Amino acid sequence: MLSDALKAKFDKIIARYPLKRSAIVPLLMFAQDEIGYVSDEAIEEIARRVEVRPIEVIEDIGYYSMLHRQPLGKYNIQVCTNVSCLLRGGEEILEHCSKKLGIGHKQTTPDGLFSLEEVECLGACCGAPAMQVNYDFYENLTPQKIDALIEKLRSDGAKKSP
Amino acid sequence: MSEANSKSPFAILDQPTRPDDAGRPGPYPRSPALSPRVNPQGEAVTLTIDGKSVTTAPGTVLIEAARQVGIEIPSYCYYPGLSLQGACRMCVVSIEKMGKLQTACTTIVSNGMVVHTDSDEVKNARKAMLEFLLTNHPLDCPVCDKGGECELQDAVFRYGAAETRFLETKQHEEEKKFSSLVYYDRPRCILCYRCIRVCDEGMDVNAYGIGFRGGLSVIIPNRGEHLECEECGMCIDVCPVGALTSGTYRYKTRPWEMTHVGTICNHCGDGCKTTLAIRNNQILRANNRDHSGFNGEFLCAKGRFGWDFVNSDQRLTAPRIKRNRQLESGSWEEALSTAAARLNEIIAKSGPDSVAVLGSNHTANEENYLLQRFARTILGTNNVDHHRTGDFSSLVGALTAANATDRYATMQDVFEASSILLLGSDPTHEHPLVAYQIRQAVRRHDARLYIVNRAELKLRRQASLYLKVEDEGAAVGALAGTGAASPELGTLRERLSKENDTVVVFGDALRGEQVTGLVRWGLTLPGKSRFVALGDYANSRGAADMGVLPDTLPGYAAVADAAARARFESAWGAEIPAQPGRNARAIFAGIESGEIKALLVFGSNPVRSFGVKPETLRKLEFLFVADLFPTETAEVADVVVPAASFAEKSGTVTNTCGQIQALKRTMRKAGTRSDFEILVALAAQFGANWPYRSSEDVLKEIIAQVRGYAIPLPALLVGGAVVTRPQGNPPPLERADLIFSARDSLFTSGSISRYSWALNSLDEAKKPHGTIF
Repeated sequence: MLSDALKAKFDKIIARYPLKRSAIVPLLMFAQDEIGYVSDEAIEEIARRVEVRPIEVIEDIGYYSMLHRQPLGKYNIQVCTNVSCLLRGGEEILEHCSKKLGIGHKQTTPDGLFSLEEVECLGACCGAPAMQVNYDFYENLTPQKIDALIEKLRSDGAKKSP
Repeated sequence: MSEANSKSPFAILDQPTRPDDAGRPGPYPRSPALSPRVNPQGEAVTLTIDGKSVTTAPGTVLIEAARQVGIEIPSYCYYPGLSLQGACRMCVVSIEKMGKLQTACTTIVSNGMVVHTDSDEVKNARKAMLEFLLTNHPLDCPVCDKGGECELQDAVFRYGAAETRFLETKQHEEEKKFSSLVYYDRPRCILCYRCIRVCDEGMDVNAYGIGFRGGLSVIIPNRGEHLECEECGMCIDVCPVGALTSGTYRYKTRPWEMTHVGTICNHCGDGCKTTLAIRNNQILRANNRDHSGFNGEFLCAKGRFGWDFVNSDQRLTAPRIKRNRQLESGSWEEALSTAAARLNEIIAKSGPDSVAVLGSNHTANEENYLLQRFARTILGTNNVDHHRTGDFSSLVGALTAANATDRYATMQDVFEASSILLLGSDPTHEHPLVAYQIRQAVRRHDARLYIVNRAELKLRRQASLYLKVEDEGAAVGALAGTGAASPELGTLRERLSKENDTVVVFGDALRGEQVTGLVRWGLTLPGKSRFVALGDYANSRGAADMGVLPDTLPGYAAVADAAARARFESAWGAEIPAQPGRNARAIFAGIESGEIKALLVFGSNPVRSFGVKPETLRKLEFLFVADLFPTETAEVADVVVPAASFAEKSGTVTNTCGQIQALKRTMRKAGTRSDFEILVALAAQFGANWPYRSSEDVLKEIIAQVRGYAIPLPALLVGGAVVTRPQGNPPPLERADLIFSARDSLFTSGSISRYSWALNSLDEAKKPHGTIF
């Protein structure tokens, strides 16, 4: 079930656009933020509200790699391997994360805490190699920094998760 | 012609959303504005293509202008009638004074344009495009269903792209079963998006989308891995390559190994042309291969896949005769002589009016004509009727009374109409082509659709005005009356009074006096308003036109009319009883009361259609059934003879709009006989020597004798749909419950669809009737 707050947000966003269907991507992002991924229910609800068929909403989710139809880990680690980060060791960072967590690209740990993704430029070239965990940025990474961060997230996650 | 259109030929590409759209319920189509609109009334445009001077209507796209003078420009994404896409880049041409190559499918002709479609630059560009299209293509032409009729194969043959510069491994994916009738082979797909557009714009279903992006793009169905739709199969038909293949046809044959025969679909009353593809006396495929006829490329699930009842192993192939309370196989000779002997016996004992005949709405006009002649002149009774699914008689009577028999609308008229009034029917489910024509009229010609119905129809999405009413008949009474109507009906009346040439389409909800009232009022609307009465099956209209009615002779002449009787009596050289016979309901009541002692049923299953109990039919002294299958009615018969299906006989059928078209025999089924052959043989058993050697002889008699059917025979025989304009003074409808639609869905058509594997294999067919996809 989508929350009333989310539905209110939907109404507000749709009203901003002259064509209702223009609101599909923002609606998907807010839905994903609340649910953790885009559920089938959210797809139906968005399609109904912007007056298109669900298939068109599904197309948009397929097009944008940051929208997901399956639940991700609580912390979605997105490591950049684009030019600047590549030159500064981005691939090693990705490999280190992968070894540390035991998962590969677009996979999630069995405890549901971490997901890993190799992504293109995050716009943080000045702090390369960089990565993004959910909406937070971490720059000038080294394997040691990664270890510390993952440990911290693991204990945070254990504390807060129900 | 819309206002936007008359201003500039370019207006077509940036048409504003019509104000009507605001009130229409969604979901809306994807890109309604990007549809080419030709303005045939505009001043002609002259341009030069490959040195040839071409004069064409403004608004024409270059690719169509070139085709008009026989210059073929290859294209994948372009498909006539669909919105423009500009995705495949195969149709590039060079236009003088324009820098780069242009896509011929999106360029609109203008005066003085000089176009080259065959220069080296163009050829090289196309060759390069093909190299891209073949990047992941498996080139499995030898095992591909499309091999031999594939547009990609043709282009590679013409432009050559044998060598490739790609060294990467081809991406491969296994084929997917979207539904039992639609399979998708990703590597063959060239992403032209024809399937997506035809599903959205043609069918208003929008079941397809694109998954992912770039090199990983893929066509996806609407329900996860599956397709949930009307299963019309248009996507398979328009697919230029072998990406979408048919569950009934795939891997069975190569296209050039089949014989193609153009005939008419036998399911609903719309009369779509279809091409049956035959190999070894089996139908393997149906599609309207040459896009001839008013349906163009359109066929619904029944037309495209539902022909397989013809091949069903449950078909009757030998006559069955009841001996010792058991139906046992017998010879044709025995079946027919038994029937004649029993009927003679009953007529001698209880008089001719103790016998009744029930006709079919699937069989040909010629057979219906002979059937009522058989009843009237050989049995000597007017007790002949059929399951009437639309009130054609009242329409004919009303138009004749108003001296307006030029006001029958054709299927093309529905497509071209600027205004359509739809009353009391759901064409989406019951008349797929009518629904398609209405959608195209709205989408391509800016037609206004007005709906008066008791149910929420899918076509409401196209409607400018939708009125939900309790009873369409009462609504018509109020509309047609001069007095005050409800405010909504008042609005409708006012809107229609501003329209021109409205096409009025009505279903079985309107009967008798209501039809008369509707026609009388409809004729007062501005312009040349025209009418369509909707009836269920392939020849419902023909059965009425041919006088398979108790009170009406062929051509809607009343039985009570002595002059009309005399005309047919002299043609047939036999007497016609002057008393109108029993209608279907009265026949069944007569069986119950014992007054009707023998019944002959041709291609009908009253146990299902009229809900007659088998016990009632058991009261008959003699029941004769001619049918394709052992139906519930055939099970209680005394003599059952196996009839030929539509694919196994010649003849003509008349669609719900009154357009007559020819059936062509495509195959034979051992043991069966057409109703024509059965009736002639049965008549001979009674000592009558009918002069017909073929159904064409009967057709010639129909042309000469049936008013409104004086059609030019050649026009019919070359595959045309010829308009009939019946006129007559049929007696008023005896009782309203004689006319009722069977409410067939997209996947059923009376008794025959039960024997179609293809239709019954669909998940959609299990959903409740009226489900909107």
